[in-house]
Amino acid sequence: MLMATEDNAIVSDGFEANKQCFDCHGQRFYSFENQNTGLIERKAMNPNYVYSQDAYYRGVHKNFACTDCHSPEYETWPHQAELRLEPMYTCLDCHGGDPTYEHLHFELLEEEFLKSVHAERIGDAFTCWKCHDPHSYKRMTTGEFRISEIVSYHNSTCMNCHSNNDHYQLFSDDIKPGLEKIHHFLPNFKLHFSAVRCIECHTSSADTLWVNHNILPKENAVKNCIECHSTSTILMASLYKYQNIEGRKERGFLNAVILNEAYVIGANRNEYLNLISIILFGLTLAGIIIHTIFRLMK
Amino acid sequence: MAEKLYLYPLWLRVWHGINALLIIALIVTGISLQYSNTQFMIIPFDLSVSYHNISGIIVSVNYLLFFIANFISGNIRFYRISLKGLFQQLIRQSMYYLSGMFKGESSPYPVTADRKFNPLQKVAYIVVMYVFMPLVIISGIALLFPETIVPRVFGFSGIHLTALLHSAVGFGISLFLIIHVYISTTGKPISRNFKSIMTGWH
Repeated sequence: MLMATEDNAIVSDGFEANKQCFDCHGQRFYSFENQNTGLIERKAMNPNYVYSQDAYYRGVHKNFACTDCHSPEYETWPHQAELRLEPMYTCLDCHGGDPTYEHLHFELLEEEFLKSVHAERIGDAFTCWKCHDPHSYKRMTTGEFRISEIVSYHNSTCMNCHSNNDHYQLFSDDIKPGLEKIHHFLPNFKLHFSAVRCIECHTSSADTLWVNHNILPKENAVKNCIECHSTSTILMASLYKYQNIEGRKERGFLNAVILNEAYVIGANRNEYLNLISIILFGLTLAGIIIHTIFRLMK
Repeated sequence: MAEKLYLYPLWLRVWHGINALLIIALIVTGISLQYSNTQFMIIPFDLSVSYHNISGIIVSVNYLLFFIANFISGNIRFYRISLKGLFQQLIRQSMYYLSGMFKGESSPYPVTADRKFNPLQKVAYIVVMYVFMPLVIISGIALLFPETIVPRVFGFSGIHLTALLHSAVGFGISLFLIIHVYISTTGKPISRNFKSIMTGWH
């Protein structure tokens, strides 16, 4: 049975079953009756275990009941302490080898991820869930989102640790320097961060995935401006790939596809304006040359 | 030879010199940015961005000083134009450039103490100094602070439209510069106008 929430987001059978979990884990505070004292107590939920019900039912896993992935033992409360040690599924546990998800290339994603600096430095402890929260994960590369929405969503994945020391220090004792300081070489830091995904510069762009998972060490990140700011911009192979493929079919010329979405100096060149400017420049020069000849002949 | 006229006061010559150098820097760096290429760059992209921004800011301040000084000094009077008979004046001056000057005719609107510019110059300078320059400065400042630009205009990126305006007007100024320098060579001798803008005396 499908049912609708107040704002008409379609949710599934799991809605009723999950209600009990979200009663506590969907909010910052929860109340319960203390069996020993008989008092109603109000406690703060550990913020790491608070999940937005709205985000869950908008995510790709909305059709699942919590206990499809978590132990059914969680249905009793207080939860048993050892439940925290239950092994968690990874993406490949469900999606690996499944023809339904073949087009998403999960095996290739894992292959690329295993080459990444995350896998190399942190090893098996760095699971899919360190970046992608299965409780709210959305596929952004479906064509229904604007580029700015894709950039914002994907960058928030990185920022969750790289601009948050509390999360970053789950992996390292270091204190992260501010992102603006690290990226001091970027003119207009804010614009770059709101218009371009971190992964455009921090992954290898040679693969054929929608989203590359081979996050490179910082020494190998793109720092050369013209890799984006030229007609052969790497953005066409990554950020604008989705629109690019469709756009080329429809409009047929380079970079027209990003005309409506963004402006990248050096990458956006209007061919008609280019032609007009060359003609005007040529006419000016020709006029001057002819005029000079007449002056010399005088 | 006619009596020498002191047409270009020091402030104007200093402004003109700074403007000339920086406009050239802006054109070169602007072309470098617009036509950046992985195989060949006139100037590296990051340096072009810095030079273009710095030159643009100085040109803008310089323009503001020119704008104010032009009023205070009274130099603005040379830009005053009357629409009455303007078209005929423009035709007459154009005919001189296209034909009369080859026949040895004298300029229909020679430089005097009260008339520094001929009608064609007046129109060109008014368009460049009071239309193109404000447009390129305002769009340039907007691009320096892109968060101030309206995100979407009729379905297009506001930044893209601003950039198109900025580069189109910049291109117009580039064409003006080429013609301006060429027309300056029509003095007798060729170096006359160049010396005038250096010394102030015409």
